[in-house]
Amino acid sequence: MRRLFSAPTPPATILIRGARLLDPRSGVDREGDLLVRAGVIAEIGETGSLEAPADAESVDGSGRHVFAGFVDPHVHLRVPGQEHKEDLHTGTRAAAAGGYCAVVGMPNTDPVVDSTAILGSLRDAALREARVPVGFMAAISPGLAGHGLTEMVELREAGAIGFTDDGRPVVSAGLLRRALQYQRLCGGVLALHEEDPSLSGAGAMHEGAVSALLGIAGIPSVSESTMVARDAALAGHEGGRVHMQHLSAIESVRAVEAAKAAGVAVTAEASPHHLTLIDEDVRGLDTRLKMNPPLRTEVDRTALIEAIRTGVIDCIATDHAPHAREDKDVPFEQAAMGTTGLETAFAALYTHLVLPGLLDLATLVERLAAGALVVDLPVPAISVGEPANLCLVDLAAEWQVGEAGYESRSENCCFAGRQLRGRVLMTLAAGGVAYRERAFAIGVA
Amino acid sequence: MHNLLSIEQLDRDQIERLMDQAARFAEVSDREIKKVPTLRGRLVVNLFYEASTRTRSSFELAAKRLSADVLNFAASGSSVEKGESLKDTIATLGSYEPDALVIRSPHVGAAALVSTWTGVSVINAGDGTHEHPTQALLDVFTLTRRIGRLDGKSIWIVGDVLHSRVARSNILAFTKLGARVTVCGPPTLIPPGIDALGCEVRYDLRDLGGADVIYALRMQNERMREDYVPSVHEYVSCYQINAGRLASHQVLMHPGPVNRGVELSSDVADSPQALITAQVQAGVVVRMAVLYMVLAGARGPAGGATAAGTASATAQLA
Repeated sequence: MRRLFSAPTPPATILIRGARLLDPRSGVDREGDLLVRAGVIAEIGETGSLEAPADAESVDGSGRHVFAGFVDPHVHLRVPGQEHKEDLHTGTRAAAAGGYCAVVGMPNTDPVVDSTAILGSLRDAALREARVPVGFMAAISPGLAGHGLTEMVELREAGAIGFTDDGRPVVSAGLLRRALQYQRLCGGVLALHEEDPSLSGAGAMHEGAVSALLGIAGIPSVSESTMVARDAALAGHEGGRVHMQHLSAIESVRAVEAAKAAGVAVTAEASPHHLTLIDEDVRGLDTRLKMNPPLRTEVDRTALIEAIRTGVIDCIATDHAPHAREDKDVPFEQAAMGTTGLETAFAALYTHLVLPGLLDLATLVERLAAGALVVDLPVPAISVGEPANLCLVDLAAEWQVGEAGYESRSENCCFAGRQLRGRVLMTLAAGGVAYRERAFAIGVA
Repeated sequence: MHNLLSIEQLDRDQIERLMDQAARFAEVSDREIKKVPTLRGRLVVNLFYEASTRTRSSFELAAKRLSADVLNFAASGSSVEKGESLKDTIATLGSYEPDALVIRSPHVGAAALVSTWTGVSVINAGDGTHEHPTQALLDVFTLTRRIGRLDGKSIWIVGDVLHSRVARSNILAFTKLGARVTVCGPPTLIPPGIDALGCEVRYDLRDLGGADVIYALRMQNERMREDYVPSVHEYVSCYQINAGRLASHQVLMHPGPVNRGVELSSDVADSPQALITAQVQAGVVVRMAVLYMVLAGARGPAGGATAAGTASATAQLA
């Protein structure tokens, strides 16, 4: 069953010479040459040992790194209905620019992806427009209304990766239980946005000292962690499989840890912004730092990093959420929730976690690719015979995240203005060249 | 001081200089002709996105006493109701080339955000549940005139702290001036983490007798509907300041308008210990001082810088 869709690209034939090849999952950590022939990793050898075929591009990889391509199980591509924020072309261009070779779009569009007709139109659009392969989640409940189930079997047969009401929680435990029961029939992970609206209310940021000072209604950590615990218990009871989206609080990490220890089939993700920023950063009320769940405290951030390190949190997902300028150029409480993330994820995490010694590079790149596992997609690998899904990165390159100039159609990036290290130079996705950095010259052998 | 966005941004010295200036204007207010020509030819725009009687009228009167022109712009019945964004409204008003913009908004940070869009002096007349700096300044003015310096004084702020911009600004202002501030109210209406502002938190009035000043907050009826407290009756029995709770050595303040019979009993509201009327009177002279501090010396009346994007020179403090 095909669940990833992209526009046809010519299979690449490229020799990358003398790069550091790093793919911890495949046990690869060496310097060498890597030859992609007709879109497939054909040979890996000592530096200088491989000859470029006559029709090959030759890339100088010295001082640079090649990673297995990243996979993001959680992005908002805004199609259908909000193409002024993003579309499949701009969204996947942003993904490719960030080193991603596959992304999974969320169904909270307008209309919601809750029928095979809408899913089919998305699939067709992706076959025309997507620069990197895209998969689509379908809604758990029609219209994300929280009542009743979508036609999960038919949606799966039409290519749905899994199901989520992301953007909203499944408030009714009874409905989630039914979805877990139905999962036995149709398969597909249930990805959960964990939030108890009776606790989060009209909150616009983390509830704590900063929200008290600013007078902004808070979103307490327990609004997330109680739902994580509830839904892990439901999944355990039904023998189902759930994926906890964008964890933000230490209490949620503990709940996932406990569920995993109890043998529940639960996975979890954390986003680059929750791993690098905290509520103190929101003091200036920059609306680009308004997201749901909100940025929490240093204690929470530290717990998330530790969970990424130990694997309690399985993967990193950007929750790439583009918004139009008019949705963010308003007072903080009125601003839309969300930040773009695909183009800055690696550099932000490398700069703020790897360089200060909080996380090692191998773990970071593994967690950036591991999103594939939680949504049942093949994990990209630097291995002979595998399709070329990889990115070439210059770790030394320093760049400033701009106010504008993104591949994404939107500019609401929480890292805007920051000086970051690590630049993606080239991305190969499904065997084709999906992205080349403008300034990055490629010689033809 | 080019803008007045919050008490948080002020230090003790700036607050005291504002108080000194307000005291000078208070002398003017005692004269037969209460108007001075200080801001003649300047334009002050009042932009109010929320209903307000006393704040708006006292800003208007303050500007007029300083001989400034005043333009009142209320959100109701305006282009705002037709869906105009705050940013566009500011650009529109900027075309009148105002010198100061007084803004009241239901949203936290609105005044600060506006100040990033315009070079005009911005004065925060209340931004959602964040701050109401001129209220805190007039409260400080009123209180110091009655009891002298605040150093070491114990001030209890009682009631709905969670939804109160007055409480936030006053906690900051009183502590900056050396007072010990205690906030007290139902646990549902005390925001977690408020002690980070430098105040103590209590949930009952047992130790209220140790207070020199009791500052009661307005208890809005809608809070009952939102389940913050079970009933008016229970709130009254736990937190109302009445004759049995107000000791003779204490003074009583309230930002108004008072819900008689809820947060205050009528007898204490009308007692000589209550500074409520004095607070309203102080509103005009303190706002005169604020307008004077942000505008005097900023630029001449003929300066005519456009609003959008032009940062005017920082005002010299008097």
